[in-house]
Amino acid sequence: MIKKPRNTMSLVIDSNSVNESFARYAVSSFAAQLDPSVSEITDLRTVVSEAVTNCIIHGYKGTQGKIFIYATYYDDRSIKVKIRDKGCGMEDLELCMKPFYSGDTSGERGGMGFTIMDSFTDKMTVTTKKGKGTTVTMTKRFR
Amino acid sequence: MKKTGCEIENENGTLRVKLLGEIDHHSCAYLREEIDKAMFRSRCDTVVMDLCAVTFMDSAGLGLILGRYAKITELGGRLVCVNPSLDIDKILRIAGVRKLITVKEERKII
Repeated sequence: MIKKPRNTMSLVIDSNSVNESFARYAVSSFAAQLDPSVSEITDLRTVVSEAVTNCIIHGYKGTQGKIFIYATYYDDRSIKVKIRDKGCGMEDLELCMKPFYSGDTSGERGGMGFTIMDSFTDKMTVTTKKGKGTTVTMTKRFR
Repeated sequence: MKKTGCEIENENGTLRVKLLGEIDHHSCAYLREEIDKAMFRSRCDTVVMDLCAVTFMDSAGLGLILGRYAKITELGGRLVCVNPSLDIDKILRIAGVRKLITVKEERKII
């Protein structure tokens, strides 16, 4: 059965760290229309926060840029969230996705962003092109 | 939204850091500075991170905890995390923090 989209949202924000909480609240408020459980909504907030933080720290490396957030929910109670930046992209995606790896070597990063995004959702895909940017797409189905 | 910050107390060589509100990359910069300042000034041998009042935490919070752990270990001290909520414990477990750092429930004597 093909799932049908029921509602969509899109949001463009500047790559300011203060927008991390705005982004996760915006997406979780949209998803709240599906009446998910508290822990499901916490998972969603966390993965949006991870993806947006990646755009700011790694995609744009602290410089100004736009972050594009699209979300769609479907009649099977699943939500797809796409978060995109037009920043520097990743040279070695496989390495970046490894647990505990961080492109930042200050010792102040957990290196767990992708691991958390992957394990808190049902499906996560990443596309990246050096010099062009990165898109993370995550799907989560609520019970 | 609850205000993010921290309350820091120094009791005989133990620095108690109670983190408040939402810990993300944005709030971490300030928290890191405050905790490090107190850590070096107090010359404590133990840092207790109380997570009971944390309402949200992502991997930036892990970075904050692991970074402080690295600093205090280098100085010969230790770090303990207490009272994480279930959601925060889930994040700590994913990163295997419990293998490195003692995480425990602590009952407050009222």
